[in-house]
Amino acid sequence: MNTKIKKFNNKKYLTIFIIISAVGINTLISLLMGYWSYSWLPIQASEAANYVDNLFAFETTIGTFIFLGCTGTMAWILIFNRAPKYDESNGQPLEGNVKLEVIWTIIPLILVLAIATYATKVNYKLENLGSKTKYNFGQDAPFVEEKKPFDFGPIDVISRQWNWEFIYPNGIHSSELHLPVNKRTNFRLITDDVIHSFYIPAFRLKQDIIPGSVITYSLTPTRNGVFRLRDAMFSGAYFSQNQTNVIVESEDVFNKWINETVKKELQNGLNPAGRLYDKRLKNGNRGWATVEPAPAPKVQDVGLEDRPHDG
Amino acid sequence: MTIINYDQRLVKSKNPYPKGPNDWKRFFSFNTDAKVIGIQYIVTALFFLLLGGLLGMLVRGELITPPSDLFDPTVYNGLYTMHGTVMLFLFLFPMLSGLTNLLVPPMIGAPDMAFPKLNALAFWLVPVFSIILLLSFFVPGGPASSGWWSYPPISIQNPLGKMINGEMLWITAISLSGISSIMGAVNFVTTIIRMRAPGMGFFKMPIFIWTVLAAQLLQLLGLPALTGGAIMLFFDLSFGTSFFRIEGGGDPVLFQHFFWFYSHPAVYVMVLPVFGIFSELFPVYARKPLFGYKFVAVASFGITILSLVVWVHHMFYTGTPMWMRNLFMFTTMLIAVPTGVKVFAWIATLWGGNLRLSTPMLFCLGGLFNFIFGGITGVMLATVPVDIHVGNTYFVVAHFHYIIFNTIAFGIFAGIYHWFPKFTGRMFYEGLGKVHFALTFIGATLNWLPLHWAGLLGMPRRVASYDPEFAIWNVIASIGAFILGVASIPFILNMVSSWVRGKAAPPNPWKAIGLEWLLPSPPPHENFEDDIPTVLNEPYCYGLDKPFVQDEQFYIDKSFKKH
Repeated sequence: MNTKIKKFNNKKYLTIFIIISAVGINTLISLLMGYWSYSWLPIQASEAANYVDNLFAFETTIGTFIFLGCTGTMAWILIFNRAPKYDESNGQPLEGNVKLEVIWTIIPLILVLAIATYATKVNYKLENLGSKTKYNFGQDAPFVEEKKPFDFGPIDVISRQWNWEFIYPNGIHSSELHLPVNKRTNFRLITDDVIHSFYIPAFRLKQDIIPGSVITYSLTPTRNGVFRLRDAMFSGAYFSQNQTNVIVESEDVFNKWINETVKKELQNGLNPAGRLYDKRLKNGNRGWATVEPAPAPKVQDVGLEDRPHDG
Repeated sequence: MTIINYDQRLVKSKNPYPKGPNDWKRFFSFNTDAKVIGIQYIVTALFFLLLGGLLGMLVRGELITPPSDLFDPTVYNGLYTMHGTVMLFLFLFPMLSGLTNLLVPPMIGAPDMAFPKLNALAFWLVPVFSIILLLSFFVPGGPASSGWWSYPPISIQNPLGKMINGEMLWITAISLSGISSIMGAVNFVTTIIRMRAPGMGFFKMPIFIWTVLAAQLLQLLGLPALTGGAIMLFFDLSFGTSFFRIEGGGDPVLFQHFFWFYSHPAVYVMVLPVFGIFSELFPVYARKPLFGYKFVAVASFGITILSLVVWVHHMFYTGTPMWMRNLFMFTTMLIAVPTGVKVFAWIATLWGGNLRLSTPMLFCLGGLFNFIFGGITGVMLATVPVDIHVGNTYFVVAHFHYIIFNTIAFGIFAGIYHWFPKFTGRMFYEGLGKVHFALTFIGATLNWLPLHWAGLLGMPRRVASYDPEFAIWNVIASIGAFILGVASIPFILNMVSSWVRGKAAPPNPWKAIGLEWLLPSPPPHENFEDDIPTVLNEPYCYGLDKPFVQDEQFYIDKSFKKH
């Protein structure tokens, strides 16, 4: 008992004890934060989601460790190194320590290279982006074939100021994007006005749609449900209305939808921006300038604007 | 003592206004004194901080509820575009030019800038392009409303088809701002390279001077790309050319390369001088030498060089090929290394110090705290798969506000308080300063911390309305924004009342080492005039037995004499 107290009175042991317990507590909190970080993200609904979330959790863990390490040290300094009032004397005159400086150059270097290598591997694993083919504007978008294997598609994704239209291989036009679960589906992303972005948070995937180019893109949904598709590249006045739903269904339900929808008549699809613009015109067209919204797309499945969504 | 880097001709050159009037009217004239120009810049910039803040609060007012109910969405788009533009081009750049003007000549012992007339011209362009930009609120169709990126084709849609439109005025203002910044950069770089005091070799310069040099070289290398891009955009918009117009075979993505080639380094142009301020202030208020002076100095140039090869990380989801995304991810990651060197050096500087928590030190500590957080989210954004999910969402908005406001503006406030006594000759009120800090820190944290979660959940940036699941984060953020608005009251009160009737400041109230602290407060017209001190060591030797300049006592005595 006595010897133990003596040991802890020894400053060196106390320092080691404090450092080890601080690193221990920090490690524990960092691992917990990494674990919690999954709950900050939407539901996982595509093949990419798990990879992205794991990478994010890994970065959250390392980031928390560094953040708490730095700010914990700052807190320690603020508690123990405050100058008493009217004390204007100098602190310890340390000019530097080359060994320490080399260490804190090399360790972050290794760390960021490791993170970047990990992220590169994820990129090669997913390979969502296919090709980008330019074409003469004003002509129809050329048919670009995806060279990598896929199970279903290609579905033409057309984004406008401000509505979405999806055209299936059998000619169905729809305002909502129906997808079969667990099938790698191929898309051709097309726009003929401004840049839009094909962003489905639950899929963790985003791809800009560039006017004058056809971009091929593939992804695999992994969960049945309704998810939001949001235009993520600012596209003008009613940008925030440029959203629709992605409905992921089992193969049977999807096939049933395809077979029933193909028989339906074309009618006006979802176009919330058009509705808001009409309201604006009715109120005397006040506000700043905007281009007129594109007319509603002619579709067989008009969809449901306020469909409850899972992510 | 060698005087290689010290050009006598420049010191002896005639100033066009040798004894300008020393009253308030000089601030409204074409004055060529760098100290007057510095204050002109800073006061102008602070005015625009208020305006930009007001626009920001309007934006947050719209976003406090999910539907778009306060403004028409077109008005919202114009407001957020102008908020960003005012904050960057009318507040931050002029503010940093102002601090650079005030501090560079006294810190290196020069009487003035190398090109005083060019300097005054660069400043007077600021009110010109500011007025052009603000006029765009009153033209038919309203101001530019395609974001501060002004990406084509959205920026060149010109719905009303008029020759004079908000976008056209916006491009004109931004081009003039670029020209003003290039003029400033030529001046700052020349002054630092040619006009340092005898003995002040590169490795004896204050870190602030190192960071200014690194930042202004970036301006010279990067700005031509943005200004060129802006002029091409102007031609596309007004004269129907097709650099970026798809109808004529142009490529809209090309503009993004021009834009980000400058606009990513632009962040470093703004943050580097703030790193300089941190490096100046931590040693003063911790009473310790700057830890690893040479590493910190060289790290600035590491950041400069790397920042020129990272721009594609803003374009990971525009269809850039895989090899390019991976390459730019690695270069972006590498920036964490020199930045980390600086952060660790500051913490080591604080370690074992004798800390005085005065207002400037509080802003520095708050800024460093926020910067560590913002740096970590920056590394997350640099990794391609994570960026593909959170890019263009509120996660990015939260991240860059953590850098641009919670770090850069904090550093600017720290600098303003720290050097206020030197250049006004008055002390500020410490109590009001602390209230300002507390409100700013609380407001900024409430405003931008919650928005990270909104972004992670998939709320796109720049939306006027959003799904109800994001509401809670936005309510907290808006409350934070309004607290930030309140925080400006103690600041304005403090600055105005201190300058008018504050206690007279001694030459060196903080007992700091540095050439500027060997001058009277406020410094005379040409700083040291003919008695320029010979520098012996870098200005961080607190507690070390190393003299800063030859005959230090002579300059201290002289600084107490009224001029």
